[in-house]
Amino acid sequence: MIGNKSGIAFFFLAPALLAIAIFFFIPVIAAFLISFTDFDIYTLGNFSTIRFIGLKNYLELFKDDLFWTALGNTFLFVILAGPLSIFVSLYAAIILNSKIVKLKALFRLSYFMPVVTTLVAVAIVWRFIYHPNFGIVNYFLSLFGISSVDWLGNPDLALPSIVLMAVWKNFGYNMIIFIAGLQNIPEELYEAANIEGANNWQKFKSITIPMLMPTTIFISIITMIGYFQLFAEPYVMTQGGPLNRTLSIVQYMYQEGFRWWNMGYSASIAFVLFFIIFIGTMIQFRVQKYLSSK
Amino acid sequence: MKKIFIHLLLFVIAILTLFPFFWMISASFMQDGHASVFPPRFIPDEFTLTQYQKLFERLSITSNFFNSLFLSVLVTVISLTFNSLAGYAFAKYKFSGKEKLFNVLLSSMIIPSQVTMLPLFLMLKSMGFINTYMAIIIPGLANIFGIFLIRQFCLSIPNSLIEAARIDGANDFYIYIKIILPLLTPVLATLAIFTFLGTWNDFLWPLIVLTDDSMYTLPVALSNLMLEHSKDPELMMAGSLITVLPVIIVFLALQKYYIKGIMMGSVKE
Repeated sequence: MIGNKSGIAFFFLAPALLAIAIFFFIPVIAAFLISFTDFDIYTLGNFSTIRFIGLKNYLELFKDDLFWTALGNTFLFVILAGPLSIFVSLYAAIILNSKIVKLKALFRLSYFMPVVTTLVAVAIVWRFIYHPNFGIVNYFLSLFGISSVDWLGNPDLALPSIVLMAVWKNFGYNMIIFIAGLQNIPEELYEAANIEGANNWQKFKSITIPMLMPTTIFISIITMIGYFQLFAEPYVMTQGGPLNRTLSIVQYMYQEGFRWWNMGYSASIAFVLFFIIFIGTMIQFRVQKYLSSK
Repeated sequence: MKKIFIHLLLFVIAILTLFPFFWMISASFMQDGHASVFPPRFIPDEFTLTQYQKLFERLSITSNFFNSLFLSVLVTVISLTFNSLAGYAFAKYKFSGKEKLFNVLLSSMIIPSQVTMLPLFLMLKSMGFINTYMAIIIPGLANIFGIFLIRQFCLSIPNSLIEAARIDGANDFYIYIKIILPLLTPVLATLAIFTFLGTWNDFLWPLIVLTDDSMYTLPVALSNLMLEHSKDPELMMAGSLITVLPVIIVFLALQKYYIKGIMMGSVKE
């Protein structure tokens, strides 16, 4: 510390903290309040028509089939894409971290390329890759005699197809964090295990997995938070269809709020999303505490 | 044997990750209709720039490109300034309630940005900022992750350095500009690439607040173009390439800092 100079500290902090207070914290509180009102398109024109309606928006959500559909789709997406991306990134990290690998930097770079590129642009690329008539995926399958599949048009396949695209897009990010985690495991642990004659699987199970646990929890939290906010992939690839089978919570919030201007209702959807993310994060923190106490 | 197998596997994964980019580039140089045939062509039979001509001459992609570039650079510069000042203060100054304030900021990172979007939209609307650059700049002025990253880095700067400068009579602002900022270069590079890519790639917020074709950023323009041109893969691939090329260039130039930033961000408090 360099002394008690609150005045100067305030001067340094003010621009950022004011911006965050006015354009982040106040909107969060305002959204919470709006979620208890009937803010709609008429309110937008004449603010005095706003009415406080208590929990009505939230109760309404319970009865809203489309909301449950969006919630179910989003959960399915998180449950499928979350573990799959974590598994793929861990696998890629382990083989990339192996000592015998040459050209590591080049491989790492190519696995990372999808992470940095614009989601909307690559979602468009994938929409054509999945195309039922001329898509590359169907071409590849046709080489094995499998007939054309309408990946994004089939209600049962659309969401899993988006899951695969999301895993492709994101695994490189977690891979980098896993590599950092792997490099932090002391080499002596493996050497000691070698002396005791442990095989690769035993070493993986009793050294790598437990030592990577904090990294894995961190990754599963950020992955879950990110995936619950699913929006651009279905917006670009399926517009939420077919039969609303890829409609996500955020897209439903967007439609209610910014297409139909049901802002009170939309705010309540946003808070349900926040609540789910909050609970999900807390559960994983608990798991981490439990595991580290063992 | 094991060595060959591992490299083969790595090579196959690399093909899977890069193939969509290869096809995007290739299809963007094809004539109309040449990318929508079965079996697919992987290389254009006749190399053409038609798609790019269409995008730049008939469609407003030039202004979309400059919107994206201008906003990404501006947001990066402003938020780097604000975040570095605040991060430095959190690391090196004493004031009452500091820990509490910092913890409140950190824990609020769990709030998804979608929660703020409705009121923020109403606020910006009342200020007359909808469909202007300000609508993108304002929410990007400062961010908590940036402050956190700068603070972590500042903690490793020895206090003696700052004290020595103070004994020499340097004032706090001078110390920040002349001593701290140069030391922060690596973390500023990290944050710059995060912010630049984040702003460039952002979709939902620009989709909400930008309402004119000429004001759109590239991702919004692209998704809008897709509505009319869903049967023109060649044109859409050219648009996608224009959108991803700048971020790939920035990433390749600064990848070292980007990778470091991910690792720093993942270090537990």
